[in-house]
Amino acid sequence: MSDKIPVTVLTGYLGAGKTTLLNRILSENHGKRYAVIVNEFGEIGIDNEIVVGADEEVFEMNNGCICCTVRGDLIRIVEGLMRRKGRFDAIIIETTGLADPAPVAQTFFVDQDVQDRARLDAIVTVADAKWLSARLKDAPEAKNQIAFADVILLNKTDLVTPAELEAVKGRIRAINPYARMITTQKCNAPLDEVLDRHAFDLERILEIEPAFLDDGHDHHHDHDHGDDHGHHHHHHGGLKHYHDEEMQSVAIRIDGDVDPDKFMPWINDLVQRRGPDILRSKGILAFKNEPKRFVYQGVHMILDGDLQRDWRPDEPRVSTIVFIGRHLDEKELREGFTACAA
Amino acid sequence: MTAASFETLTQHVADLPAGDFVAHAAFLGKVPVLAMSDGRIRIGDASGAREVQAHDATILVAADDATRLVTGGDDGKVIAIDASGSLATLADEKGRWIDAVALGASGATAWSVGKRVNARDGKGRVKSLDLPSSSRGLCFAPKGYRLAATHANGTTLWFPAVSAEPERLEWKGSHLDVTWSPDGRFVVSSMQENQLHGWKLPEKTHMRMSGYPAKTRSLSWSGDGAWLATSGAEAAIIWPFSGTGPTGKAPRECGVRPKRTTQVAFHPKALVLAIGYEDGWVLLVRLTDAAELMVRRGTGGPVTALAWDGAGQRLLFGTEDGAAGLLTLPGG
Repeated sequence: MSDKIPVTVLTGYLGAGKTTLLNRILSENHGKRYAVIVNEFGEIGIDNEIVVGADEEVFEMNNGCICCTVRGDLIRIVEGLMRRKGRFDAIIIETTGLADPAPVAQTFFVDQDVQDRARLDAIVTVADAKWLSARLKDAPEAKNQIAFADVILLNKTDLVTPAELEAVKGRIRAINPYARMITTQKCNAPLDEVLDRHAFDLERILEIEPAFLDDGHDHHHDHDHGDDHGHHHHHHGGLKHYHDEEMQSVAIRIDGDVDPDKFMPWINDLVQRRGPDILRSKGILAFKNEPKRFVYQGVHMILDGDLQRDWRPDEPRVSTIVFIGRHLDEKELREGFTACAA
Repeated sequence: MTAASFETLTQHVADLPAGDFVAHAAFLGKVPVLAMSDGRIRIGDASGAREVQAHDATILVAADDATRLVTGGDDGKVIAIDASGSLATLADEKGRWIDAVALGASGATAWSVGKRVNARDGKGRVKSLDLPSSSRGLCFAPKGYRLAATHANGTTLWFPAVSAEPERLEWKGSHLDVTWSPDGRFVVSSMQENQLHGWKLPEKTHMRMSGYPAKTRSLSWSGDGAWLATSGAEAAIIWPFSGTGPTGKAPRECGVRPKRTTQVAFHPKALVLAIGYEDGWVLLVRLTDAAELMVRRGTGGPVTALAWDGAGQRLLFGTEDGAAGLLTLPGG
C-alpha cells in the first residue's frame, strides 16, 4: 500500500480560499511533485505541475445503492495519470465551491482500479471565518463540506473579531467535532497539517475522540452566553454550545465488548436505511473473543472495516462509534448500538 | 495446472525494449508498432526499429486499422502514424484530454473529448455530437459510416454524415468500452459495474453478461464473428454470439489462472486466443481443445497491449512496466 498515490481533496465554499491554499501547496519548496485536478483552468500559476481539467461528472452506480454516487471523470483521470507513474508524488483534487464531497470520497471506495493505485488521504475544507456562519444557514453545500472534513482551515481570521471567531468555531464543532481545525490567514497553515494525514487509513484511526484539543491556543473560557451550564468539560476549550438543527454528530460508547453477530447486521441495516443522512461514520470496536481491534469507517452507505492491531494489555476494551449526519435519531442509534453489547 | 505442464513458445519470442507503459500494439501492414505512454512510437522488430515522438505528452488512448495507428494524448492532440513513421495531426483540442479514439472504413477517425464526440471522414470533414456525459468508448460499425459511443446510462449510435437524431441504446449505469460485432448485429459495452451489456440490433433487445470480479477493458471478436472474448476475470470469458447471441447460454472460460486477464486478442483466422494477464503472463489457448501454450512467463506489470498480424503468424505484446515482445509462430 505504500506505493499508492495519496490523494487530497480540497473543498470549500466559493471564495473561502481554496485556490490560495492550492497555490501555497504548489509553490512551497517541499520537493514534492503534484498532479492537480481542477475545475477551472487559469487560476493556478505553476508550470511544473501536471494540471488536469475535470468535469465533476457525478453518476449513480447501478448497484442498488441509491446514494452511491461516484465521480466518473475522476476514475478516468486517475487511470490516465497512472500512465505518468513516477512523474508525480501525490494528487490534489480541487472541487467546485458547490460540490458535495461524497461522490469524490465514494469513488475511492467503489472503483477497484482507483483503489489499487491511489488512496484517499484526507478531505480538507477551507472555510471563510467571516462568512461561514451565514453560509451554514443558507447553503447546504457549505454544511456538507464541514461535515465531511478531516481537516478544516478556518481562514481569513484577520477579518473577524475574537468573539466572532469563537462563534464560528462553535458552529463548526456543532457539526463536526472530529476534524482537525486550524485557524489561518491566507491559508498559512503548516502544510504537514494539511497533507499526508492518512485520515482514511484504518490503521491510523487510533482514537475517535472529539478534536477540541487541536483547536490550539484559545484556552480562555467564554462565560457570556445564557446557556452556560457551568460544567464545561475542559476539552471544550471554552467554545459556546451551538446546536445545528440539521447536521449533528453522535458518539456512542459501550464500556466493553460487542457481539459481532449482532453489530454487523445492525450497522449494515442502519446504513442501508439511513445512509443518505449519515455522511460519515467511524468506529473502533472490541469484538467478543477477538484480541484485535475492529476498525471501520463509512461514507453514506459504503462501509469499510477490518481487524487491526491487538488491544494492548493496558488499554480498556471499549467500543465506540461516531456518526456525522443530518437529522440523526440519537435515541435509535443509541438503543440499536447498546443492544449489540456482548 | 502447473507451470511445468505448459507447452512453451518462449524461445520464439524476441524482446523489444519499449521502455515505458505500452499503450497500444499494432501491425501496420507487416510492421510491428508499439505506442508508449510517454509519447514515443516504436516502429519495427528487434532487428531494426526506429522511433518517432508522436506526442510531447502522455498517450492516453490509441487504435489502429492495420494501415495506420491513431493516438490521443493529454496534450489534446489526435495523431495518425503510418508504417513509414510519418505523422499527421488530425485534431488539436488544446490540452483537453482525448478520452477515446476509433478508426473506421475509408479513413474515418473518431475521438471524444469530454461530452463531445467528433467524427472525421476520409476527406477530413469533421462532425461533432454532444452526448449526455463524457465518452470512454467509441467504435465504428463494420459497414457504413456509423459510430457507437458509450456514456452514462447507455450507448449512442450516430450517423455523422446524416442529420437524423442519433439512436440511443439505454441501460442504467456507466458504460466504458464498446465493440460492434463483425456482422453488425450486436453492440456490446463494458461497464463500470463489472459487467457487459449488449443490444441486439435493430430490435435493441438487451443482453446482460455479468459475473466479472473486475471491469472488462479488453474485448476481441473471433475471426468468424461467432465468439466475443473478454478480460476482467481469472480466465478469458468467451461469449457465444452465433445465432441469437449469448442470452441463456454459458460462456466458455479459457486460460484459467489465479490471476486476472487484462488483454485478449483472437487470432485472425483460427479459434486461438491470446491472453495477457495482470502479472505479465501471455498464453495462447485453442478453443477447440483448450490446449494452452506459454508465450511469456511474466514478471512485473500487467499486459496492456496485444496484437496479431494479419496473417496470424506473429503476436506483439507489451506491458505496463515497459516490457514488450514479438512472438513468431514456428513453421509458419
